[in-house]
Amino acid sequence: MTTLDATRPLDTRPSADNYLTHSRGVLSWILTLDHKRIGVMYLVSVLASFLLGGVFALLVRTKLLFPGEVSWMSAEAYNHFFTLHGAVMVFLVIIPSIPAALGNFVLPIMLGAKDVAFPRLNLASYWLWLLGATCVVLSLLMGSFDTGWTFYTPYSTTTRFGGVVPVVTGAFILGFSSIFTGMNFIVTVHKLRPPGMTWFRMPLFLWALYSTALIQILATPVLAITLSLLAVERIFHIGIFDPAWGGDPVLFQHFFWFYSHPAVYIMIVPGMGIISEIISVHAHRHIFGYRFIAFSSIAIAFFSFLVWGHHMYTSGQSGLMNVVFSAITFSVAIPSAIKVFNWLATLYKGSISLTTPMLYALAFLFLFTIGGLTGLYLGTLNTDIHLHDTYFVVAHFHYVMMGSALIAMIGGMHHWWPKMTGRMYSEFWGRIGCTLVFIGFNLTFFTQFMLGSQGMPRRYYSYDQLPGMAEAFKTYHHISTGGSYIMALGFVITAIYLIHSLYRGKPAPANPWGGRSLEWQCPSPPPHDNFKVTPRVGDCYDFSVVRWDEASNGYIVDRSLDPELNPNAPKRKGHH
Amino acid sequence: MSNHSHAHAGADEHPLVGHLVPLWILFATATVLLVLTIITVAVRYVDLGEANIYIAIGIAGVKATLVGLYFMHLKWDRPFNQLTLVGSIAFVVLLIWFTMLDSKQYEPQLIRGNPTGVQTELGQKAPDAPIAKQNQLIR
Amino acid sequence: MTAIDSHSTPHDDHAHDGGHGHSEYPFLAHHFETPAQQFDSGKLGMWVFLATEVLFFGALFAMYTLMRAKEPEVFSFASNYLDTIMGGINTCVLILSSLTMALAVHFAQRSKKGPLVVCLLLTFLGACGFLVIKYFEYTHKFDANLKWGPAFYQPVVENGKPLGAPEAALVTESTPAAATAGSPLTVNPLIGKPLPAEASSIKRAAMGPSGLASEDAMHAHDAHGHAATGDHDLAMKTHVYNAQMPVNTHRFFGIYYCMTGLHGIHVVIGMFLIGWITLRSIRGDFNSKYYTPVDLVGLYWHIVDLIWIFLFPLFYLIH
Repeated sequence: MTTLDATRPLDTRPSADNYLTHSRGVLSWILTLDHKRIGVMYLVSVLASFLLGGVFALLVRTKLLFPGEVSWMSAEAYNHFFTLHGAVMVFLVIIPSIPAALGNFVLPIMLGAKDVAFPRLNLASYWLWLLGATCVVLSLLMGSFDTGWTFYTPYSTTTRFGGVVPVVTGAFILGFSSIFTGMNFIVTVHKLRPPGMTWFRMPLFLWALYSTALIQILATPVLAITLSLLAVERIFHIGIFDPAWGGDPVLFQHFFWFYSHPAVYIMIVPGMGIISEIISVHAHRHIFGYRFIAFSSIAIAFFSFLVWGHHMYTSGQSGLMNVVFSAITFSVAIPSAIKVFNWLATLYKGSISLTTPMLYALAFLFLFTIGGLTGLYLGTLNTDIHLHDTYFVVAHFHYVMMGSALIAMIGGMHHWWPKMTGRMYSEFWGRIGCTLVFIGFNLTFFTQFMLGSQGMPRRYYSYDQLPGMAEAFKTYHHISTGGSYIMALGFVITAIYLIHSLYRGKPAPANPWGGRSLEWQCPSPPPHDNFKVTPRVGDCYDFSVVRWDEASNGYIVDRSLDPELNPNAPKRKGHH
Repeated sequence: MSNHSHAHAGADEHPLVGHLVPLWILFATATVLLVLTIITVAVRYVDLGEANIYIAIGIAGVKATLVGLYFMHLKWDRPFNQLTLVGSIAFVVLLIWFTMLDSKQYEPQLIRGNPTGVQTELGQKAPDAPIAKQNQLIR
Repeated sequence: MTAIDSHSTPHDDHAHDGGHGHSEYPFLAHHFETPAQQFDSGKLGMWVFLATEVLFFGALFAMYTLMRAKEPEVFSFASNYLDTIMGGINTCVLILSSLTMALAVHFAQRSKKGPLVVCLLLTFLGACGFLVIKYFEYTHKFDANLKWGPAFYQPVVENGKPLGAPEAALVTESTPAAATAGSPLTVNPLIGKPLPAEASSIKRAAMGPSGLASEDAMHAHDAHGHAATGDHDLAMKTHVYNAQMPVNTHRFFGIYYCMTGLHGIHVVIGMFLIGWITLRSIRGDFNSKYYTPVDLVGLYWHIVDLIWIFLFPLFYLIH
């Protein structure tokens, strides 16, 4: 290893030659092997898909203002819109959002590595994402699909809309994009850690990405083969999933949820990793219970494979397996709760800066707790029989997937925005945007818990025929739709000030928040190779060595104060 | 490479990284694999009832282990790489185990007989086929 | 696949501007510190990929297990239509090509270019041989309409009429239910033709899990259908009219084509990979210091072999 005075501050001076300016031209982007550029391309693509999926959601919500039929959206179109909303948000947005977009950018820098282990595979993953997205668009042109994002057989093998085969092809390709990202992260974390960074010295975001990658490589192939079989069944009637040909539709659900339940954790676990980072950095306090959080990520990854059947209580799954899956489902609550308690303990007596990322993290804590606890109702066998396929389920998974995973992603985007772009966004508008999103989100989805518990079924086009409930449901739907408009406004504001910051934002210091991990010890934006020399690392949550530097208008990490890097460092109180 | 005359010819005979498996081990492994294949084919012609499939799977397991250990160098590889293969197989077992448990439980509720798609097809393409008449779908 | 060993072509623009030149190891990519790190990364990456392959096929194996547990009679009946000898030969071909692949790695590790190239070519030939045999197996079945889905129930038409359609007398003989003369007929709404009332009782096919040996079934069929020619080909072509054929037999061929087809796709991918490293080894890229691509393609090829090792008994060796 390169021997260098470990205590010397790393070079954080902004340079004209950074990853954005290192080479120019469109080709230098689409053929890039630089993990940072790939991460940025992923981010842009994911946000564009988010806009698309959001528009579908708003259309669906607007329809639900009216209990009966409306002239401007047929029931058929409604089915297409909610299906597209689900498919786009799950496969194109949430699954790649944190690992592929933010993780790609941050992971190697956090490790002090020059790149991920397989840069070309990384680029291939992005291209596959594009190809998969193209297939989804193609399916729109080929008759769209109305199966819901779950593609349940036999409906998906018999529906007359021709978009099913292209969209499952798209999901198959997106699956491999996800697998390649996961492979890259596993190998990078295993083999490219810098000197001094043992497994338990890694930032918790890396533990989260590592756990996510484990799920990605173990679960995604099963989805890939299941969806190919679905396409084969639809075209050739081989008798696997379609009962008309001797197939078993429950088997499809088993295979589908063997992936898609763990996929829920592909979405949420990296979000949890971001929250660990944001909370410790913006509360300027050592993360509480590091090992517990790290192990709980692995535990969640493991348990996620044992609970898929709780999606199938009413699908014809046998009583025995219903009980087994219901029992195991509760075990997931343990690692999730461990994380929440450790975050709260980190906040306790921290010196909290209420920056935009921190506000998103606090929103996450609130929303994830609601989402997680309502999950217990659904995991409980007997309550789920009542709540299954109602708006209660819709509200629950939106609290987890959107209120937690996407909020964490947006929080993380704000957290690393100065690093990625070299610009500061407007903190004032950031807080306004976050508040609007938080309020709008709760208005939209909290009402849906009430709708669901009173029996409003999900995916219904009209609810004017539901005996005695139409009026009550109408009020709830109105509040819900109103909330979704507020949320949309929050996102529009966010988009405006973020884009504005690209052109007019103040230049960002290397370390605007007082972070300690390696990405805050390289310039903003980082140079092409991240670090000239692989740096030694100390305890990445020891914020006592971070101090404000008036000259750069940011924080600096004083490595000479770190006893792990400098044996002669003065002993300080409160260091552990 | 063509640099055998090089001063360090000996160094070229040893990989910089990884494990060099002796030739005899590779040939021995292949021989055992071929012999096992012949055995497993031979057993097929002896009717042992249900035992046949378990013997066949068992022999396949032994063959797969040999391929993994010697051809794929797992015997000398890093423990994590060994864990990767074993772990992935464990997850396949999990998938099979849980779905089998469930399928066995709900099987009595399934409707017997030729499914509708097959009945239609048989009725049109091979109306004289006996199966459609023997097993009817009960509604 | 090719993207896995990103370090194998160090001459992309990314590699040049690494902070430190690896003049000693020209193959070392800029983001690795040592050849060992690069080798271990490639190997771990490949193993992780193989884990995804195991799960990819794993779901198919799960489906096989479920189908067989549910309808064992289908599997014991239909597997007789597969050619055990052809399958056995194919197994040997794959094992031998695995051996030559392992030898190729061995010679690459020892910088023996000649034997390396020979072994890779032999492996490639093995892959070709496997596919040729597979091609004959498939076409043989296609000729007999032993296909997936609806086509399975399509009688083979020869000389303008369906081959093996039984005479009217033989129909009653082969279907005991219909023999009850004068029994009231009901109309099956799905087929739209009259059916004997008794036939509507739930009844499994004649063959059970350990029931009739299926060879017998085929001969029994021959006996009344085709004057006991014992012609295996004819029995295959007239399978639709075989009174012993259990319900849902087409599912066996559905999963047979899915699993062997997916495996075949992997063999084709393997041929491209082997071809690619053969060209590179002819160019002289590999030696004892750097042979990672050979090793990784080897691992891939062995997993293809390994999967076939399980497919072979599951389809060809069951009764």
